[in-house]
Amino acid sequence: MFIAPFAVLFALVFIIPIGFAAYLSLFQDKLIGGQVFVGLSNYIQLFGDAKFWNGVIRVMVFTAIQVPVMLIVAMSLAMALDSKRLHGTKFMRISVFLPYAVPAIVSTLMWGFMMGTKYGLIGNLNEAVGTSIDPFRPDTTMISIGIMITWAFTGYNMLIFYSALKAVPHELYEAAAIDGATEFQVVKMIKLPALRGSLVVTIIFSIIGTFQMFNEPQILSSMVSNSGITTYYTPNLYAYNLAFTGSQQGYAAALALVMAAITIAIAYVVQIRGMKDALE
Amino acid sequence: MNTLKTPDAPRSERTSKRDRVADAAAAKPRQLYTVANPKKNATLTFVTGLFTVYCLLPLVWLLINATKSQADFISSFGLSFGSQFSLWQNIVDVFTFQDGIFSRWLLNTLLYVGVGATVSTALAALGGYALAKLRFTGKKVFLLIVLGSISVPGIALAIPQFLLFANLGLTNTPWAILIPSFINPFGLYLMWVFSAQAVPTGLLEAAKIDGAGEFRTFAQIALPMLTPAAITVLLFSFVSIWNNYFLPLIMLKDPNWYPLTIGIDQWNKMGSSAGNGILIQNLVLTASLLTIIPLIIAFLSLQRYWQSGLALGAVKG
Repeated sequence: MFIAPFAVLFALVFIIPIGFAAYLSLFQDKLIGGQVFVGLSNYIQLFGDAKFWNGVIRVMVFTAIQVPVMLIVAMSLAMALDSKRLHGTKFMRISVFLPYAVPAIVSTLMWGFMMGTKYGLIGNLNEAVGTSIDPFRPDTTMISIGIMITWAFTGYNMLIFYSALKAVPHELYEAAAIDGATEFQVVKMIKLPALRGSLVVTIIFSIIGTFQMFNEPQILSSMVSNSGITTYYTPNLYAYNLAFTGSQQGYAAALALVMAAITIAIAYVVQIRGMKDALE
Repeated sequence: MNTLKTPDAPRSERTSKRDRVADAAAAKPRQLYTVANPKKNATLTFVTGLFTVYCLLPLVWLLINATKSQADFISSFGLSFGSQFSLWQNIVDVFTFQDGIFSRWLLNTLLYVGVGATVSTALAALGGYALAKLRFTGKKVFLLIVLGSISVPGIALAIPQFLLFANLGLTNTPWAILIPSFINPFGLYLMWVFSAQAVPTGLLEAAKIDGAGEFRTFAQIALPMLTPAAITVLLFSFVSIWNNYFLPLIMLKDPNWYPLTIGIDQWNKMGSSAGNGILIQNLVLTASLLTIIPLIIAFLSLQRYWQSGLALGAVKG
């Protein structure tokens, strides 16, 4: 069987752990008595956990701003690069994509140093002009993380859009030109509809990605002091700290499952909406 | 079918474009710009160029700062070179610091990436091909579950994966990194879409009539046609395993099994734990540079393959 090796490993890596998480989420680690069956009490506790909701709201606000900005920029770039009206198209295309190949640890390090006031360019700027900008104050840290994440993933999304545009038959553009269509009309009537399918995919992947935000705040929290990054800054960070420093594995498993449910629900809504739009 | 380019297509395309322009210029000198070759636009180039600067700036910064000594890194302006060119010294130091553990991390990463990406691509190719071309029961359910799993967040898996692997005695061994990397649902999806479109079913039937078995038909007929998709999947698994931070962070405690990402993180923490650590930011930056160079080379040298693979995936996407 061709599919057997994939299926067996898939079960080991995906299905069994999810079942195990569901099982674990019904237990609590107690100082006395070890693991105790507590039914749904982890979920009830989570529902009233201000730290959890604090993180959920933070990533939701972040997603609502960062994802549209990134995808609009990525789409505009893809159209610009596809228009053949740029000098150095090939160079620009690969340059915009390159950050995707950079590990989160390296990207956070670079941006952390560059935006830092101690050794970085912002520090140099503050010295030169006499300002006191600090990108890692508690109220601006999230914006700085947004700059890093946008940097890392715009090129990847651009490339998906760009590939979709490449699949548009060239005759369409010629026909449009003969009909006297303006550039704006070509974008609206041909290019945007061609991007619809890939837009649904990129929205879903971007939402999944930002909901799982972990690397950047985790790395920054040890790099920058007073950045306002708490142990429950994002739900992912909270789950990690619960499981590995607080050893509340049952509670962490419940949290992870609730986040998975929220993410899947949102991805599902996006997909249904995207399909409905495509049918109309 | 311009998505199915032969490997040397970009170059020949460029020549033919030049020829076309030249022909047009010779025949009708005034109609130089066509739909296929419009006039270049300076404003658009400038705006896109600004974004390119945003993308390249951190990489240029890294390149410059990897050439500085620790003293220069602290004292000199971020985008200028230091008082001495220390890149070679830094590279030597990276490889000798802590008894040369960086080489060990590099070898670990190569092991995780080499084995992980190869196996995950092979499994995705087999599975995707089977889903697209073979008939078997439970196919729809299987596909639905696998595609659904793409939207399961990594964290929902990582904690139970860790506990499961701990029970199996696999944490703190390379298997804890390798086994999860073998499964790439998005790769399977890409292989499925690609097999459905690029491999003609008639050809497979002909091979079977000629007496080739299922596996031989796959290996000799289908596999060569799946090459662009396979390279795409291979490259993207390569990157995700090479860049993986979360999984090794929770699975590994023994520095001897660290990949580069966790190793660099450790060095960086050493430097930034105020007062009680030695500052080795120059080594952290040089190590970072050494970590991204292989990926950039892989992307640049294979781009004509993976771009055509992505393009075919995008048609259905």
